Amino acid sequence: MSETVRARGSISRRLTLQLAVIAAFLALLSWGMVRSFSQQAAEQTQDNILAASATAIAEELRSEAGRIRLEIPYAAFSMLGAINEERVFYRVLSDGVTLTGYDDLPVEQGARINGGVAFDTLPYRGDDVRVAMVQRTVFASERAVRVIVAVAQTRNAVDAISARISRAAALVSVAFFVLAAVLSFWAARVSLRPLTAITQIVSRRGASDLRPFETTAPQEIAPLLTALNRFMERLSSSLDRSEDFIAEAAHRVRTPLTTVRTQAEIALHSVTKSENKEILRRVIRAVDESSRSAGQLLDHAMVSFRTDKLTRSDVDLAELLADVINTLRPTAEMKDIRICTELPSLRIKGDAILLQNALHNVLDNAIKYSPAESAITITLESRGAEAGIRVCDQGRGVDGADIGTLTQRFRRGGNVGNVVGSGLGLTIADEVVQAHGGRLELANAQNGPGTCVTLLLSLR
Amino acid sequence: MRHASLVIALSASLVALATLALAFEVEERGYFPGRADEGPQLRLIGTAELRVFAPLIESFQDIHPDIAIDYTTASSAEIFRALITERVPFDLAISSAMDLQLKLANDGFARGYSSEETARLPSWARWRDQVFGFTSEPAVVVISPQHFEGLALPRSRHELVALLREHPERFSGAVGTYDVRESGLGYLFATQEARNSDTFWRLAEVFGRLDVKLYCCSGQMIDDIANGELAMAYNVLGSYAEKHVDPESELQIIRLEDYRNVMLRTALIPTTAQDPSRAGLFLDHLLRSGNAEDFTGPRILPPLRDPVMRDTSDFGPIRLGPALLVYLDALNREAFLETWSNSVEQP
Repeated sequence: MSETVRARGSISRRLTLQLAVIAAFLALLSWGMVRSFSQQAAEQTQDNILAASATAIAEELRSEAGRIRLEIPYAAFSMLGAINEERVFYRVLSDGVTLTGYDDLPVEQGARINGGVAFDTLPYRGDDVRVAMVQRTVFASERAVRVIVAVAQTRNAVDAISARISRAAALVSVAFFVLAAVLSFWAARVSLRPLTAITQIVSRRGASDLRPFETTAPQEIAPLLTALNRFMERLSSSLDRSEDFIAEAAHRVRTPLTTVRTQAEIALHSVTKSENKEILRRVIRAVDESSRSAGQLLDHAMVSFRTDKLTRSDVDLAELLADVINTLRPTAEMKDIRICTELPSLRIKGDAILLQNALHNVLDNAIKYSPAESAITITLESRGAEAGIRVCDQGRGVDGADIGTLTQRFRRGGNVGNVVGSGLGLTIADEVVQAHGGRLELANAQNGPGTCVTLLLSLR
Repeated sequence: MRHASLVIALSASLVALATLALAFEVEERGYFPGRADEGPQLRLIGTAELRVFAPLIESFQDIHPDIAIDYTTASSAEIFRALITERVPFDLAISSAMDLQLKLANDGFARGYSSEETARLPSWARWRDQVFGFTSEPAVVVISPQHFEGLALPRSRHELVALLREHPERFSGAVGTYDVRESGLGYLFATQEARNSDTFWRLAEVFGRLDVKLYCCSGQMIDDIANGELAMAYNVLGSYAEKHVDPESELQIIRLEDYRNVMLRTALIPTTAQDPSRAGLFLDHLLRSGNAEDFTGPRILPPLRDPVMRDTSDFGPIRLGPALLVYLDALNREAFLETWSNSVEQP
């Protein structure tokens, strides 16, 4: 059974992994967002101050005798120096001609900066600089002169700030991820706990316990349990029906067979022709065989039923064996078989009827396969924690190859010859012993021919 | 022994000067040989006079005797020109003109340097790990007391203006200050003062009327006070006045109380430096001289955190930052010098 369901993957692992992947994604996302926000904030700060500086310079523009005059206010640069230690560059152009400043500072002269402040990031003197450009129109000698003021700063501080925030955010994200991963693992374990509990309940069940489960379960698992219960119910009733059917069938077959046998016996006595007698004997033997099989089928059905609902009471094995021997003694005597017994009193807990049935089958087998005028030895002994019942005959023994399979249903040894049998005897015995938590051992006799069947039953 | 070698070096360097034919103007040059003839050599350029700076070089060589030092004195403007235009491979530039030093760094002519010493500097004494201040030197008024006999010494610019106006006969031709067109430090002091004090232009006006004498350097002004040619020198480096004048000459230093410029003498390693790591050693030595409590060498220049100054003045040093670029702007400079010339040079 267990090989047909191979474990593949784990819900717990998958759940943990999925949650962890989600957490990692969120951590990455938040890191990226913090990073971009901090970059933007740092850039915005620098842009604002550059714009303020450029505007302050532009405010100082004036014309004097047809010339554009400019005195850069101290504050324009001191405000730049107040927040960081960036290098500062500037350039003032009037109608495209450098008025003052760094005349190699690239300044866009398009219409983009009309009115507002335009910004640009570009390489200058081995560094990336951020440039703010402001445009103002000054009237000199009644002529409108377009003046552009550009103030630039290197961006090391911006990069440093955003790198610092980015590092901090990365640390926070990693910590968040680790925490989330641990919590996911915990959450997966906790949410699967009911499943584990139910698995334990199911696997604790006995082999033939088909009662429905009566327990509470989360709503996701309850349907599974309900389905399992329904399945077991169907299985149970199906089993019951088939056992009933077999018992009914066996019973129905056995009764007419008894009539047939009786009639055949009467006929046997009334016919004189020897060939007719022989025919009738064969009929009787066939009827016996069928009747016996039907009986064993009935027995088996009974055993199956009773092992499902095993009742344990105090049983004296010696007494039980004596009863069985007494029942079968006439059959044995018909073949002149001696039954030697050694029966000390030994008590176990068990189902007396089942045990009697099992022993009956074993002894019946022994008698059946024993040659005439032989002996059957029955010993009862305590072997540590177990009671051992050994039945040894002097029959033909069993082939080594058959030993493992003989307890299976309808399986008979390869050397049964013409002996009547259904192949159910040892099966019944084996099932009874197993239902009692014991085992059945089958072996050839140690000295001389014969088979020994040992039933081992727990003394407790 | 050290002096003997210095003299030899000086004469040797005169020859070298003649052969080098540098395009920028060199005021003086000193060579301080190392222990070995073919050892490493550092080329320094600075505004400080050789006699002021030599003890610092010697105390450096006490620690690193293998390194020969070639020290050139030039004006701050010439240093700027030497490094930007001529690209002369100096290993360290030490200047009193903070604005030009800052512009050198801002325009990408300084190399970054960091060490234990630079890390110990207060943030106001460095910029971008490229410009490092190692002294803080106030601008002071130096007077010759005999010219002020019977007069109350001025404590503020107001009082100074009033005093000069009241006694033109006494001070005419006897007042000296920097020619801001020539001196980088003078220009820095003047622009900062114009920005911070409302009496600057009035003072300039008074100077003009008194036929002020203009100088390139603090040293010469002090010399002229000492030999009686000048009654007063305005905006002289206090450090020069204190340390380098003859103690027997009668000089008095007046620290005006209304406002005082404090300059940081700064050093930077130019990108043209050929031995930046040894230049760093020398830079560290400078910084230790100005900032370390346990500096054992001679304290020639006032340290960064002068305890005397802290008692008497609330004025912080001129801030190292891009604002210094403002007065270096060609238009600003032109406008400032025009106004200044009109005030000071009256017909």
